[in-house]
Amino acid sequence: MSAVVEFRNVSYRIGAKQILSNLNLSVEQGQTLVLLGRSGSGKTTALRMVNGLVQPTEGQVLVEGKPTSEWDLIRLRRRSGYVIQDVGLFPHFTVARNIGLVPRLEGWAPDAIEQRVRELLVMLELPPEQFLNRYPRELSGGQRQRVGVARALAANQQALLFDEPFGALDPVTRHEIQQQFLRISRTLGKTSLFVTHDPREAMLLATHIALLREGRLDVLEEPANFLRAAGEEAQAFRACLG
Amino acid sequence: MIAFNEIWELTLEHVSMVLISVGIASAVGVALGVLLTRRAGLRRWVLGFAGLMQTVPSLALFGFLIPIPLIGGIGRRTAILALVLYALLPVLRNTLAGILGVDQAVRESAVAMGMTGRQILWEVELPLASRTILAGIRVATVTTIGTATIAAYIGGGGLGVLISRGLASVDSAQILAGAIPAACIALLAEGGLGWAERKLSPV
Repeated sequence: MSAVVEFRNVSYRIGAKQILSNLNLSVEQGQTLVLLGRSGSGKTTALRMVNGLVQPTEGQVLVEGKPTSEWDLIRLRRRSGYVIQDVGLFPHFTVARNIGLVPRLEGWAPDAIEQRVRELLVMLELPPEQFLNRYPRELSGGQRQRVGVARALAANQQALLFDEPFGALDPVTRHEIQQQFLRISRTLGKTSLFVTHDPREAMLLATHIALLREGRLDVLEEPANFLRAAGEEAQAFRACLG
Repeated sequence: MIAFNEIWELTLEHVSMVLISVGIASAVGVALGVLLTRRAGLRRWVLGFAGLMQTVPSLALFGFLIPIPLIGGIGRRTAILALVLYALLPVLRNTLAGILGVDQAVRESAVAMGMTGRQILWEVELPLASRTILAGIRVATVTTIGTATIAAYIGGGGLGVLISRGLASVDSAQILAGAIPAACIALLAEGGLGWAERKLSPV
């Protein structure tokens, strides 16, 4: 199998502040790599390198075998779905226009876009007739986040990037969306990178967990092995599992 | 006696002077505002200049412009130039505030979705800033309607002609013949643009 995303000796510095140090990671087709760590561990920075929002100061991030520095960034970004905690839906676009954004930028025919939008709404259990013409302000937090996920999937993006997407949701809604995420990523076989500081979420969603500590990769394990991983940071995160 | 057709003609002259000035100020102000959102370094200087223009008393600004060759002199063109300089700041400031006020998460996801800078400007930033920008244009319009009455002193015409003539001849009927239409236009502009602001508002 070839890596969809690969970090090769990646470091990132702002002035004298070292954010990431010599990070090596690879994510293969169909895997969900969870970047787990405390606030300030560099996990969001690492994620933002995958769609070229941040370029490493040393090393390379390869997407589909090609360094992000050599990608046309517009192309690269349209191939990767991106979901963040604040969702970032366009408040002046309806749900349908929000979801159909990347297909439209990519020049799909209007009826193909509409069909795709309906398909995604059904997949995310948001009845199209009810939701197509709503504005983001008319949605609950969980619904907004699901529309955000639909938008990230709309143009059959290869890699999906999630930055603590479910962090602001109430526990019940979060649980529902996590289950949906699992179902979708398994049935569609998408490759995902997922940033979280919640070890339970990591255990639930990950095929692989990368634990970051002060910009360094501390542990890289499958969830079952993560439970046995050595090191204080792994210990500290396991303690939160209860 | 005041001829009604004179009031009417001067009103039209006044309105056209305001429309031209605010039109130019809006075009320049929005374009400059967009440019300044991309050039943080220039922001202080341009805003400083526009702010300075507003602090110059209007009668003095008209006076200053008269001796300047090419752009100055007596007449309507000089008056319009002065009015543009006055109207610029509110448009510029609101364009900047409106665009910089776009939710960071929205801007970031626009970039991350692979929108080009131009697409972000036209499809995200300007629509989301439109209400604030229009508020700036409304303020500019209403103040310009008032300030334009002073244009008469440098031969710019408009309703100020009646007011200045009335002041010179201590004729309050003349003053009111200029002041009342000016006030009515200002109220109409305020109401109309305020309505458009609420109507156009994307969110």
